[in-house]
Amino acid sequence: MSSVTEDQLWSAIADPSRRRVLDLLVGGGGTTASSLAQNVPFSRQAVAKHLVVLEHAGLINRQKEGREVRFRVDPERLNDAARAMAELASQWDQRLQAIKRLAEAAYKESNDHESH
Amino acid sequence: MADLTIEQEILIDAPAEVVWRTITEPDQIAQWFADRVHVDLQSGGAGSLVFEGKAADRATHAALVVETVDPPRQFSFRWGHPDGEVPLPGNSVLVAFTLSAESGARTRLRVVETGLEVIGWPEDEKARYVEDHRHGWAHHLGRLENLFVAKSG
Repeated sequence: MSSVTEDQLWSAIADPSRRRVLDLLVGGGGTTASSLAQNVPFSRQAVAKHLVVLEHAGLINRQKEGREVRFRVDPERLNDAARAMAELASQWDQRLQAIKRLAEAAYKESNDHESH
Repeated sequence: MADLTIEQEILIDAPAEVVWRTITEPDQIAQWFADRVHVDLQSGGAGSLVFEGKAADRATHAALVVETVDPPRQFSFRWGHPDGEVPLPGNSVLVAFTLSAESGARTRLRVVETGLEVIGWPEDEKARYVEDHRHGWAHHLGRLENLFVAKSG
Protein backbone atom coordinates (compact mmCIF):
# COMPACT_ATOMS: atom_id res chain seq x y z
CA MET A 1 0.00 0.00 0.00
CA SER A 2 1.31 3.45 -0.81
CA SER A 3 1.40 5.87 2.06
CA VAL A 4 -1.28 8.10 0.56
CA THR A 5 -3.59 5.14 0.15
CA GLU A 6 -2.75 3.95 3.62
CA ASP A 7 -3.49 7.39 5.07
CA GLN A 8 -6.87 7.29 3.38
CA LEU A 9 -7.48 3.89 4.84
CA TRP A 10 -6.62 4.93 8.40
CA SER A 11 -8.54 8.16 8.32
CA ALA A 12 -11.50 6.35 6.77
CA ILE A 13 -11.58 3.97 9.71
CA ALA A 14 -10.72 6.62 12.33
CA ASP A 15 -14.25 8.01 12.47
CA PRO A 16 -16.66 6.07 14.72
CA SER A 17 -19.68 6.84 12.54
CA ARG A 18 -17.89 5.52 9.50
CA ARG A 19 -16.88 2.40 11.34
CA ARG A 20 -20.55 1.91 12.17
CA VAL A 21 -21.40 2.16 8.48
CA LEU A 22 -18.57 -0.22 7.64
CA ASP A 23 -19.74 -2.66 10.33
CA LEU A 24 -23.19 -2.71 8.75
CA LEU A 25 -21.72 -3.24 5.30
CA VAL A 26 -19.57 -6.11 6.52
CA GLY A 27 -22.73 -7.68 7.95
CA GLY A 28 -24.92 -7.13 4.91
CA GLY A 29 -24.13 -8.59 1.53
CA GLY A 30 -24.82 -5.50 -0.55
CA THR A 31 -26.74 -2.68 1.03
CA THR A 32 -28.35 0.52 -0.22
CA ALA A 33 -27.70 3.93 1.29
CA SER A 34 -31.31 4.23 2.43
CA SER A 35 -31.22 0.87 4.15
CA LEU A 36 -28.02 1.91 5.93
CA ALA A 37 -29.59 5.20 6.97
CA GLN A 38 -32.38 3.29 8.73
CA ASN A 39 -29.85 1.52 10.91
CA VAL A 40 -27.70 4.41 12.07
CA PRO A 41 -28.47 7.34 14.35
CA PHE A 42 -27.42 9.94 11.79
CA SER A 43 -28.84 11.45 8.64
CA ARG A 44 -28.96 10.00 5.16
CA GLN A 45 -26.72 12.86 4.01
CA ALA A 46 -24.13 11.85 6.60
CA VAL A 47 -24.35 8.24 5.44
CA ALA A 48 -23.76 9.37 1.86
CA LYS A 49 -20.67 11.32 2.92
CA HIS A 50 -19.28 8.38 4.84
CA LEU A 51 -19.85 6.10 1.87
CA VAL A 52 -17.82 8.45 -0.34
CA VAL A 53 -14.89 8.42 2.09
CA LEU A 54 -15.02 4.62 2.44
CA GLU A 55 -15.19 4.29 -1.32
CA HIS A 56 -12.17 6.58 -1.81
CA ALA A 57 -10.22 4.48 0.68
CA GLY A 58 -11.08 1.47 -1.44
CA LEU A 59 -12.89 -0.27 1.39
CA ILE A 60 -16.21 -0.49 -0.42
CA ASN A 61 -17.53 -0.66 -3.98
CA ARG A 62 -20.77 0.59 -5.43
CA GLN A 63 -22.73 -1.39 -7.97
CA LYS A 64 -25.82 -0.37 -9.82
CA GLU A 65 -28.49 -3.04 -9.72
CA GLY A 66 -31.57 -2.01 -11.62
CA ARG A 67 -32.73 1.24 -10.05
CA GLU A 68 -30.73 0.72 -6.90
CA VAL A 69 -27.13 1.39 -5.98
CA ARG A 70 -25.75 -1.22 -3.64
CA PHE A 71 -22.60 -0.90 -1.57
CA ARG A 72 -20.38 -3.84 -0.74
CA VAL A 73 -17.21 -4.27 1.26
CA ASP A 74 -14.14 -5.06 -0.82
CA PRO A 75 -12.89 -8.21 0.95
CA GLU A 76 -9.38 -7.92 -0.43
CA ARG A 77 -8.99 -4.34 0.68
CA LEU A 78 -10.43 -5.10 4.08
CA ASN A 79 -8.03 -7.99 4.27
CA ASP A 80 -5.17 -5.57 3.56
CA ALA A 81 -6.47 -3.41 6.37
CA ALA A 82 -6.83 -6.39 8.70
CA ARG A 83 -3.29 -7.50 7.95
CA ALA A 84 -1.87 -4.05 8.56
CA MET A 85 -3.86 -3.85 11.80
CA ALA A 86 -2.76 -7.27 12.96
CA GLU A 87 0.83 -6.26 12.41
CA LEU A 88 0.37 -3.11 14.41
CA ALA A 89 -1.83 -4.83 16.97
CA SER A 90 1.05 -6.95 18.18
CA GLN A 91 2.78 -3.88 19.61
CA TRP A 92 1.21 -3.87 23.07
CA ASP A 93 1.68 -7.58 23.22
CA GLN A 94 5.37 -7.15 22.47
CA ARG A 95 5.61 -4.40 25.07
CA LEU A 96 4.00 -6.59 27.72
CA GLN A 97 6.31 -9.46 26.84
CA ALA A 98 9.30 -7.13 27.20
CA ILE A 99 8.02 -5.88 30.57
CA LYS A 100 7.67 -9.48 31.72
CA ARG A 101 11.25 -10.33 30.68
CA LEU A 102 12.67 -7.23 32.34
CA ALA A 103 10.73 -7.63 35.60
CA GLU A 104 11.48 -11.34 35.89
CA ALA A 105 15.18 -10.75 35.23
CA ALA A 106 15.28 -7.95 37.82
CA TYR A 107 13.50 -10.15 40.39
CA LYS A 108 15.79 -13.10 39.74
CA GLU A 109 18.82 -10.85 40.12
CA SER A 110 17.61 -9.47 43.45
CA ASN A 111 16.98 -13.01 44.72
CA ASP A 112 20.45 -14.13 43.63
CA HIS A 113 21.98 -11.22 45.49
CA GLU A 114 20.06 -12.06 48.63
CA SER A 115 21.13 -15.69 48.59
CA HIS A 116 24.85 -14.74 48.57
CA MET B 1 -21.41 0.07 18.88
CA ALA B 2 -18.79 -1.11 21.26
CA ASP B 3 -16.30 1.51 22.28
CA LEU B 4 -12.73 1.45 21.17
CA THR B 5 -11.06 0.08 24.24
CA ILE B 6 -8.34 -2.47 24.04
CA GLU B 7 -7.23 -4.60 26.95
CA GLN B 8 -4.32 -6.93 27.21
CA GLU B 9 -2.79 -8.65 30.18
CA ILE B 10 0.14 -10.81 31.08
CA LEU B 11 1.18 -12.88 34.10
CA ILE B 12 4.65 -12.05 35.38
CA ASP B 13 6.82 -14.12 37.72
CA ALA B 14 7.83 -11.17 39.86
CA PRO B 15 6.18 -9.22 42.70
CA ALA B 16 4.18 -6.09 41.93
CA GLU B 17 6.91 -3.80 43.36
CA VAL B 18 9.37 -5.09 40.77
CA VAL B 19 6.87 -4.82 37.92
CA TRP B 20 6.03 -1.31 39.11
CA ARG B 21 9.64 -0.22 38.69
CA THR B 22 9.76 -1.76 35.23
CA ILE B 23 6.76 0.18 34.01
CA THR B 24 7.50 3.52 35.69
CA GLU B 25 11.28 4.10 35.82
CA PRO B 26 12.49 5.99 32.74
CA ASP B 27 15.57 3.81 32.15
CA GLN B 28 13.32 0.74 32.35
CA ILE B 29 10.61 2.25 30.12
CA ALA B 30 13.35 2.91 27.58
CA GLN B 31 13.81 -0.85 27.32
CA TRP B 32 10.25 -1.77 26.42
CA PHE B 33 8.57 1.29 24.99
CA ALA B 34 10.40 4.28 23.56
CA ASP B 35 14.10 4.74 22.93
CA ARG B 36 14.48 7.79 25.09
CA VAL B 37 12.20 8.53 28.00
CA HIS B 38 11.68 11.33 30.44
CA VAL B 39 8.85 11.29 32.92
CA ASP B 40 7.95 13.28 36.00
CA LEU B 41 6.32 10.50 37.98
CA GLN B 42 3.49 12.33 39.72
CA SER B 43 -0.09 13.10 38.87
CA GLY B 44 -0.02 15.91 36.30
CA GLY B 45 3.68 15.34 35.65
CA ALA B 46 4.92 15.75 32.09
CA GLY B 47 6.84 13.19 30.13
CA SER B 48 8.28 12.69 26.70
CA LEU B 49 8.98 9.66 24.59
CA VAL B 50 11.34 9.57 21.65
CA PHE B 51 11.01 6.76 19.16
CA GLU B 52 14.04 6.40 16.94
CA GLY B 53 13.13 5.67 13.37
CA LYS B 54 15.05 3.27 11.17
CA ALA B 55 16.97 6.27 9.89
CA ALA B 56 18.35 8.75 12.42
CA ASP B 57 16.29 11.60 10.99
CA ARG B 58 13.05 9.69 11.41
CA ALA B 59 12.80 9.95 15.19
CA THR B 60 9.35 10.86 16.46
CA HIS B 61 8.51 12.53 19.74
CA ALA B 62 5.44 12.00 21.84
CA ALA B 63 4.40 14.01 24.85
CA LEU B 64 2.52 12.44 27.71
CA VAL B 65 0.99 13.61 30.95
CA VAL B 66 0.86 11.30 33.96
CA GLU B 67 -2.62 10.82 35.38
CA THR B 68 -2.50 8.23 38.17
CA VAL B 69 0.48 7.15 40.25
CA ASP B 70 -0.58 4.63 42.88
CA PRO B 71 2.37 2.31 43.56
CA PRO B 72 2.38 -0.60 43.11
CA ARG B 73 -1.18 -0.81 41.80
CA GLN B 74 -2.01 1.75 39.15
CA PHE B 75 -0.12 3.87 36.67
CA SER B 76 -1.79 5.77 33.87
CA PHE B 77 -0.95 8.50 31.42
CA ARG B 78 -2.55 10.37 28.57
CA TRP B 79 -1.00 11.01 25.21
CA GLY B 80 -1.98 11.77 21.68
CA HIS B 81 -3.28 15.23 22.58
CA PRO B 82 -2.61 18.15 20.21
CA ASP B 83 0.57 20.15 20.83
CA GLY B 84 0.14 22.82 23.46
CA GLU B 85 -3.14 21.46 24.78
CA VAL B 86 -3.85 19.88 28.12
CA PRO B 87 -4.71 16.21 27.57
CA LEU B 88 -8.23 15.43 28.72
CA PRO B 89 -10.87 12.87 27.90
CA GLY B 90 -11.92 13.88 24.41
CA ASN B 91 -8.58 14.91 22.98
CA SER B 92 -6.25 12.17 24.07
CA VAL B 93 -5.74 8.48 24.58
CA LEU B 94 -5.56 7.06 28.10
CA VAL B 95 -3.13 4.25 28.76
CA ALA B 96 -3.75 2.62 32.15
CA PHE B 97 -1.71 -0.12 33.77
CA THR B 98 -3.17 -2.15 36.63
CA LEU B 99 -1.05 -4.49 38.70
CA SER B 100 -2.66 -7.27 40.75
CA ALA B 101 -0.69 -9.47 43.09
CA GLU B 102 -1.13 -13.19 42.45
CA SER B 103 -0.03 -16.13 44.57
CA GLY B 104 3.62 -17.17 44.46
CA ALA B 105 5.08 -13.66 44.12
CA ARG B 106 3.50 -13.24 40.72
CA THR B 107 1.77 -10.19 39.24
CA ARG B 108 -0.97 -9.87 36.71
CA LEU B 109 -0.30 -6.77 34.60
CA ARG B 110 -3.19 -5.39 32.62
CA VAL B 111 -3.00 -2.55 30.12
CA VAL B 112 -6.11 -0.76 28.90
CA GLU B 113 -5.99 1.86 26.20
CA THR B 114 -9.08 4.02 25.75
CA GLY B 115 -10.19 7.32 24.37
CA LEU B 116 -10.33 7.33 20.62
CA GLU B 117 -14.08 6.89 20.46
CA VAL B 118 -14.69 10.20 22.20
CA ILE B 119 -12.37 12.26 20.12
CA GLY B 120 -14.47 15.02 18.65
CA TRP B 121 -11.89 16.73 16.54
CA PRO B 122 -12.51 18.03 13.08
CA GLU B 123 -11.68 15.57 10.35
CA ASP B 124 -8.29 17.01 9.42
CA GLU B 125 -7.19 17.07 13.05
CA LYS B 126 -8.19 13.47 13.44
CA ALA B 127 -6.34 12.51 10.31
CA ARG B 128 -3.24 14.21 11.64
CA TYR B 129 -3.68 12.40 14.90
CA VAL B 130 -3.88 9.09 13.16
CA GLU B 131 -0.82 9.91 11.09
CA ASP B 132 1.22 10.83 14.18
CA HIS B 133 0.04 8.00 16.38
CA ARG B 134 -0.59 5.24 13.97
CA HIS B 135 1.01 2.60 16.14
CA GLY B 136 -1.49 3.28 18.91
CA TRP B 137 -4.40 2.49 16.68
CA ALA B 138 -3.74 -1.14 16.18
CA HIS B 139 -5.44 -2.19 19.34
CA HIS B 140 -8.56 -0.23 18.74
CA LEU B 141 -8.78 -1.52 15.25
CA GLY B 142 -8.33 -5.09 16.34
CA ARG B 143 -12.06 -5.18 16.81
CA LEU B 144 -12.64 -4.51 13.15
CA GLU B 145 -10.18 -7.21 12.31
CA ASN B 146 -12.08 -9.65 14.53
CA LEU B 147 -15.28 -8.65 12.86
CA PHE B 148 -13.77 -9.31 9.49
CA VAL B 149 -12.45 -12.69 10.51
CA ALA B 150 -15.81 -13.61 12.02
CA LYS B 151 -17.76 -12.69 8.91
CA SER B 152 -15.46 -14.25 6.39
CA GLY B 153 -14.44 -17.34 8.37
